[in-house]
Amino acid sequence: MFVGAVFFPLLGACISGFLGRWIGDRAAQWSAVVCMALAAACGLAAFWEVALQGRPESVVLFRFLDVGDLEVAWALRYDTLSAVMVGMVTVISALIHLYSVGYMAHDETPGRFFAYLSLFTFMMLMLVTADNLVQLFFGWEGVGLASYLLIGYWYERESANAAAMKAFIVNRVGDLFFMLGMALTFYTFGSLEFAQIFAAAASHAQTSFMGVPALELIGLLLFLGACGKSAQLGLHTWLPDAMEGPTPVSALIHAATMVTAGVFLMARMSPLMEHAPVALSVVVVVGASTAFFAATVGCVQNDIKRIIAYSTCSQLGYMFVAAGLGLYQAAIFHLFTHAFFKALLFLGAGSVIHAMSDEQDIRRMGGLWRKIPLTYAVMWVGSLALAGVPIFAGYYSKDAILEGAIAAHSTVGLFAFVCLATAAFLTAFYSWRLLFLTFHGAPRAAPEVMAHVHESPAVMLLPLVVLAAGATVTGFLFMPYFLGDLQQGFWNGALFNLPEKGMMEALHHAPAWVPTLAKALAAGGIALAFVMYVALPSLPARLAAAVPGLYRFLLHKWYFDELYDRLFVRPLRRLAVLFWQVGDVRLIDGLPNGAAAIAAGMGRGAARLQSGRVASYAFAMIVGLTLFLTLLLLGR
Amino acid sequence: MNAAGFPLLSLLTFLPLAGAAIILTVRGTAEVVASNARWTALWTSLLVFALSLVLWFEFDTAHAGFQFEERLNWLPEFGVTYHMGVDGISVLFVLLSALLTPLCILASWESVQTRVREYMVAFLVLETMMIGMFCALDMLIFYIFFEGVLIPMFLIIGIWGGPRRVYAAYKFFLYTFAGSVLMLLAILALWYGAGTTSIPALMEWGVPKGWQHLVFLAFFASFAVKVPMWPLHTWLPDAHVEAPTAGSVILAGVLLKMGGYGFLRFSLPMLPQASADFAPLVFALSVVAIVYTSLVALAQTDMKKLIAYSSVAHMGIVTIGVFSFNQQGLEGALFQMLSHGIVSGALFLCVGVLYDREHSREIARYGGIAKVLPAYALVFMLFTMASVALPGTAGFPGEFLVILGAWQVSPWLALGAGVGMILGAAYMLLLYRRIAFGPITREGLRRLADLSPREHAVFAPLVALTLWMGIAPSSFTRFFEASVAQLLAQHQAAFALTRLAGVP
Repeated sequence: MFVGAVFFPLLGACISGFLGRWIGDRAAQWSAVVCMALAAACGLAAFWEVALQGRPESVVLFRFLDVGDLEVAWALRYDTLSAVMVGMVTVISALIHLYSVGYMAHDETPGRFFAYLSLFTFMMLMLVTADNLVQLFFGWEGVGLASYLLIGYWYERESANAAAMKAFIVNRVGDLFFMLGMALTFYTFGSLEFAQIFAAAASHAQTSFMGVPALELIGLLLFLGACGKSAQLGLHTWLPDAMEGPTPVSALIHAATMVTAGVFLMARMSPLMEHAPVALSVVVVVGASTAFFAATVGCVQNDIKRIIAYSTCSQLGYMFVAAGLGLYQAAIFHLFTHAFFKALLFLGAGSVIHAMSDEQDIRRMGGLWRKIPLTYAVMWVGSLALAGVPIFAGYYSKDAILEGAIAAHSTVGLFAFVCLATAAFLTAFYSWRLLFLTFHGAPRAAPEVMAHVHESPAVMLLPLVVLAAGATVTGFLFMPYFLGDLQQGFWNGALFNLPEKGMMEALHHAPAWVPTLAKALAAGGIALAFVMYVALPSLPARLAAAVPGLYRFLLHKWYFDELYDRLFVRPLRRLAVLFWQVGDVRLIDGLPNGAAAIAAGMGRGAARLQSGRVASYAFAMIVGLTLFLTLLLLGR
Repeated sequence: MNAAGFPLLSLLTFLPLAGAAIILTVRGTAEVVASNARWTALWTSLLVFALSLVLWFEFDTAHAGFQFEERLNWLPEFGVTYHMGVDGISVLFVLLSALLTPLCILASWESVQTRVREYMVAFLVLETMMIGMFCALDMLIFYIFFEGVLIPMFLIIGIWGGPRRVYAAYKFFLYTFAGSVLMLLAILALWYGAGTTSIPALMEWGVPKGWQHLVFLAFFASFAVKVPMWPLHTWLPDAHVEAPTAGSVILAGVLLKMGGYGFLRFSLPMLPQASADFAPLVFALSVVAIVYTSLVALAQTDMKKLIAYSSVAHMGIVTIGVFSFNQQGLEGALFQMLSHGIVSGALFLCVGVLYDREHSREIARYGGIAKVLPAYALVFMLFTMASVALPGTAGFPGEFLVILGAWQVSPWLALGAGVGMILGAAYMLLLYRRIAFGPITREGLRRLADLSPREHAVFAPLVALTLWMGIAPSSFTRFFEASVAQLLAQHQAAFALTRLAGVP
């Protein structure tokens, strides 16, 4: 069961990837789906056993590396944190696999697609069940590889290739810091096993490295690594471009795998992070800024997938704020509920795109709700959950984070609260902007496209319905376990909260106006979207014309891409050519080649002396003799 | 644990020469000679590889010293003996050489059509020299093999190479030879001082402190060219570009390792003080090599040149590891050398596959290959990923261990080593994208055939090894664990002694 949950996806990937050519496309697809379903069954069983029954488990597979003090094994560590992630990842991924059977029906190489998809899931599972940092890094880089392959799945499109490369390289920047974090961890603790690190974390609280507290530095380095994977401000640029991949991929990246890895890392390292208060403050500030930044950008985007992508970026900011405040439980809870409604939104968007014959621009949609009512309904559910409307899943987790920010009673907490509250308002706004523009109003698409609009096949609708149910109920169903009265027994020590901070208790004593404000913000956002896109449709254009600078700033995503291009990409390109043409060819090769040329020239000169003419030789001898005698006489 | 008086290492070393002799006796039409030469060379090298597997199974990994030793008096009046043996540091290099040679012969099966007999003879002689060099335990023997490698390689580049082969061959020869001459002086100096050329004896001897720096520099001149370290690296891209595919494989797979091996065999154990003193210089050159050559690789338009520059960057990681003087760094350096031997060899073979079909190494001439050659694209992707040190492939453990080791020296050094991770990903993915992805750029590319059974046979062992080394690296590190630990212990002891002696 424990092994099955992780390795069934790998099996599926191998079958559909390697045998796909022999067993045919249909068999390849369904074998991947079946393997994934088996994994989901195992994952749910593991969740039941470990999290709900409170029986953590650890399975050691075999030795990986054994170098001096460094001992690392391949092992599956199942505590509540892993079990929550495994259960969530396998279930969501299984639904996405099923959906893909319909979505990718017209694709040329579905075997390859399903192999990548399963590989992606496998890597994420290896990441969350790791019992040491090296295996975690294996999964970490593995999801990077799989996302690279999936984003660039349609490799004949140059934009897809560019996006895939960007994702990999930006992630690599984060990975470098992760690697350095591991090096310092090993230097400090002499081990990379979680059990040993966690046991020794408290005793190393005062250890310093190069004048800085070692744990703070580890925390910062690991957080920078997490920034890459989880697309936090600064290293977020790859995430919106990742939309080049097929829609199920976006759903998988944004909901279950990949971007949640960074949050998971923070939660996993909670025993260490808790002793690094400065690093945690940085986490809060960056997370809050990301939430705000992404929400502002999301308001002006026109690509249906990009809007949802920025909402992911923003929601990840929420999770990081929670982790930074020391409320790892809330971070994981939001991760958990977010997985359902974000997968729902993406797959719903996929269904819209499918219906619209691959149109993604919401300015060319509108009036779809009568034609695809089920998709319309589930998109509503997803948006309600995303905006944090009561009863729906997002409400509980988002609320907890906002309350935590106030309960922290600190400057960074206040900063986070302001950012998150603004983001909550904007989130509601752009979600309903999307809904109104896509489904309401007069159709803006070409008539022949509109004639084609049809509801998706059952194989795609079934996952949507299941996810919609999840986005509705997971919030109040799991609230008591994740954050409520049952949390102590549920988490069973998988997450660590420094007792002195007492954040979990403070959470329950947050002022009552916070939830009220959250609800008001959501309602306000929805109302504003209604005013701007249903009641007064001319308003947005007038607004954009009124503040063109701000509009362009937001439309260009705060000019991050342009900045990086100027700052890194172009100078490095120029430097590369300079090193090659001037450094290597002219300087380093110039010296030996020049020396060779001089030697050859001297050789030719010397050869000319030996002309064979007796007169010349006699002349040279006389000159020599004269010189010699002169020197002799003068010297005396 | 010894093969009971059976001279295994000598057999491994000289069996290829016997094969070469047989090939030279073949008579008949050109067709017959070529075919016979190919088969004889293949079987000889396969036999050598099979024999070398004895080392894998019989080598005692718990024992740090030399094993499978052989000793014959040769020039007793000069203290020179014919002395062979392997320890944990060298044993896997013997296996690597024995593995790559048959693959190279197989890879040249169809691409070499002129002077086939001479080509195969050169490869077998090359194998003798390589294996002999890694087994030699006497400096003079070592030097003979070390220099001997140059001759067949010079011929392989100069005769079967590309259009600028003569320039490249001379450059290769002069660079490496200039370094080696200085090494000969160092060997003479050591012999003059200790009265012996036996490597184990010299490790015990303890080179006088005053000599260490000069001797170190002399060795350094030779090994730094071989590695190659910046700024002595420019012979490598030229040699690679002009060499035939198999020549590049051996060049990257084994010849570059001779430098790193030399540092581990001579510089560290015999010259501990000088090694420690010069370590900062080595670090500086290595970091420059990593950043500089990675950037240069980014600008290349020739596939082979790009991979050649990436080799320089990867070997920069190796030299950092070697001079970090700790278990993780040293084992990481050894692992990186082995994995680089497999992976860069495989990458050159990948280039060779395209070159055999299209006769061009220009990146711009390709595009969209993944559509036409799916099996090839998969193999190429695996090695690309191994080259960027993706965990689960051979490239990762070495780089990871070196970064762990470097951190213990200085975090900035670790950062310098790590920057290669990002730049490496940039140039390798750019290469892969331009060749395999994108729309098919030319109609001619549509006709290309996917990997043939022979090419599958060449790649299969490399693919298996790349994954094996990535998933269970401890089955390789166990070989050098004990030897590296002993080397470090001796190094620290010697260092402590000299330091004590330095205290007035």
